[in-house]
Amino acid sequence: MRKTLLRLDGVSKAYPGVLANDDISFEIGIGQMHALLGENGAGKSTLVKMIYGLVQPDKGQMTLHGQPFAPAQPSDARQNGVAMVFQHFSLFDALDVAENVALGMENPPPLRDLARRISTVSQDYGLPLDPSRLVGELSAGERQRVEIIRCLLQDPKLLIMDEPTSVLTPQEVEILFRTLRQLSSEGTAILYISHKLEEIRSLCDEATILRGGRKVATCDPRQKSARELAELMVGQVLTPPERPSKPKGKVLLQVDKLSLKSNNPFGTSLKEISFNLHAGEVLGIAGVAGNGQDELLLVLSGEVPTPSAQVRLRDEAIGHLGPNARRKRGLASAPEERLGHAAAPEMSLTQNALLSGALAKGLAQGGFIDWGRTERFARDIIKRFDVRTPGPHVLARALSGGNLQKFVIGREIELRPDVIVVNQPTWGVDASAAAFIRQALLDLASAGAGVLVISQDLDELLEVADSFAALNEGRLTAVRPAKGLTVEEIGLMMGGAHDLTPVQEGAA
Amino acid sequence: MILGSINPAVLLAALMVAATPILLAAIGELVVEKAGVLNLGVEGMMIMGACIGFIVAVNTGSPLIGFLGAALGGMALSLLFALLTQALMTNQVASGLALTLFGLGLTALLGQSYVGITPPRTPKLDLGPLSDIPFLGRALFTHDIVVYLSIALVAAVWWFLKYSRAGMILRAVGENHDAAHALGYHVKRVRVLAIMFGGACAGLGGAYLSLIRVPQWTEGMTVGAGWIALALVVFASWRPWRALAGAYLFGGVVVLQLNLQAAGVKIPVEYLSMSPYLITIFVLVLISSGKARGSLNAPGSLNRPFHASN
Repeated sequence: MRKTLLRLDGVSKAYPGVLANDDISFEIGIGQMHALLGENGAGKSTLVKMIYGLVQPDKGQMTLHGQPFAPAQPSDARQNGVAMVFQHFSLFDALDVAENVALGMENPPPLRDLARRISTVSQDYGLPLDPSRLVGELSAGERQRVEIIRCLLQDPKLLIMDEPTSVLTPQEVEILFRTLRQLSSEGTAILYISHKLEEIRSLCDEATILRGGRKVATCDPRQKSARELAELMVGQVLTPPERPSKPKGKVLLQVDKLSLKSNNPFGTSLKEISFNLHAGEVLGIAGVAGNGQDELLLVLSGEVPTPSAQVRLRDEAIGHLGPNARRKRGLASAPEERLGHAAAPEMSLTQNALLSGALAKGLAQGGFIDWGRTERFARDIIKRFDVRTPGPHVLARALSGGNLQKFVIGREIELRPDVIVVNQPTWGVDASAAAFIRQALLDLASAGAGVLVISQDLDELLEVADSFAALNEGRLTAVRPAKGLTVEEIGLMMGGAHDLTPVQEGAA
Repeated sequence: MILGSINPAVLLAALMVAATPILLAAIGELVVEKAGVLNLGVEGMMIMGACIGFIVAVNTGSPLIGFLGAALGGMALSLLFALLTQALMTNQVASGLALTLFGLGLTALLGQSYVGITPPRTPKLDLGPLSDIPFLGRALFTHDIVVYLSIALVAAVWWFLKYSRAGMILRAVGENHDAAHALGYHVKRVRVLAIMFGGACAGLGGAYLSLIRVPQWTEGMTVGAGWIALALVVFASWRPWRALAGAYLFGGVVVLQLNLQAAGVKIPVEYLSMSPYLITIFVLVLISSGKARGSLNAPGSLNRPFHASN
């Protein structure tokens, strides 16, 4: 047994209405790779926020190196050698790499010395990074490097990583894992938060599993199967979505050499995108965040018009049409951002149902809204898609992520579209809601609709997609049948040409 | 047309004087906006400074103490804004507009018995032989100390934002307050301090009007200088030295307008009065339409309220 670094003893934290952490105890050894596993809402974030001093526990003690440890704020935690890489990066786009690193340090050296140290450390750990670049110009993988280097410069004893691989290509994940293993062998303990089971099985030597705020198990993840871990995590037996095989139908949606200059300075321009979507087909589009997914959704939904012939629905040129006209013709879409893009946060579910259904469902006639029918429409969605809410009068922002996502996807599916385009349909959604949404999309496809799923979750795409393509820097690869694709092949598709030699990049 | 009657050295000197109030207010607002807060109450804080500064100077007989009082007056009003927007989470735009209206009303009341009085004179700074240099001496070295202080303040703010750690934290808070909070910085504390600094600067700018430029107290005497200062911050794309250049440009327009009138040129003054705003709109269009770096310089969290969610 290793010597203990951090020990949690009966730690609890309650928020109004929820017990986020209930009597949690576990230990992390020096240099250990410890996984913290659990679904969204299981209490992982609250727990690590307590270790990092962002939140104070209501009950229970922590000890670090055998000494009582109760950080009142993150700087206390950092002074004690605890560092954290957040899932949502704590970075500042308009500041350069060195400034970003300095902001995360207790007593940073002058910026010029710091820049030199950043270069040294980034080379030692195989994470190439230029200290003078603006963070707004960096890719997601590079941004994560900024976070990691910020931590490493403080010589941490415990490094907390919150879902670090959700934004990385498989090759970038390999580079990250190599760095983490190197750190662990040098004696830095790593608390690795994830719900990706295979990752944890390959990386960690101990796992603590949380469910509903309680610890359900501590185990050696290498001695459990991914399925066993998943069932511990979810507390129920999961069934993968059913997918009857069927022949390809006729072409419904055609995109032909579509190019679009992004008008967001940090966005990605689309370059000559072409594909066909057939009736009954689920086309999965993979890619690391920020490679043009948002832009692709915008042109397909009609929020950004294009020359009309570049997007064709059932052979009708619709590139110039807006979202409502497209919905009326049978092309529905649901963007990634639930609150503020797919749904208006401060409006009720009924009102939100009206927003996309008004024209397509004829809920507004002659300039007057038929509230009775609109409410029935909202109720239907709530019922059919198992949205857990007191009723359609509830504000959209009051729903949990999973329930709101079921509502916004359900709202589009209820229009019975011929083609549906969704971006990140199960992002930040608990496992059972995710399974429900995937099944609903598959059902729609087997009823003869074309389904386009843009997602960064490879497991999801492999589960639902019949055919597969990847976005890289605004370009779309050729569409390939999903059957028989290996993760390596997908990784290369996602990485584009510059990542074909990951080993060299790691050694640089 | 007798443009020849306009003396360029005098014009330049007058321009610096005309620019100083808006420069002071703008450099303060620049820091506030860099911290991510949009305080539209600059006009109200300026008039507050003009009024309090005048009252204090008249009663103590010292313009210097008057300026101090003006800074405190502007700061007091800005604290009200800080309380509303940072503690009570009210809308920044509405609170800022209310602050302007409140400042105008309150000063009309406070200043009632001071109308028509002459304040104690602020001496020119004696720069000895420098002011005897032909042309430049007359234009640059015949001013009171506040003119030079305002330029020094621009330099100080520039240095603070670019080189100091506190300035970097302030920029970070304005750029992404959630990230700053996650790193353990006190977003609200930084913002309240910035708002207070902005209030003090606006107060000084207002006092410069009532104690030196006019010098007299009249109700509503700032006549839009606060709005010009706000436009100036955007015009300068949140850069201190550009704010200085912009202030002198806008100040120049004001002085030119007066001189042209005196010289009998037949241009409606309204054209010149509106020109600072037109220029600002033009610059806004330029920086937001192009892929220019200027468009990236607006603080990312500007005018976004910050809720610390657990």
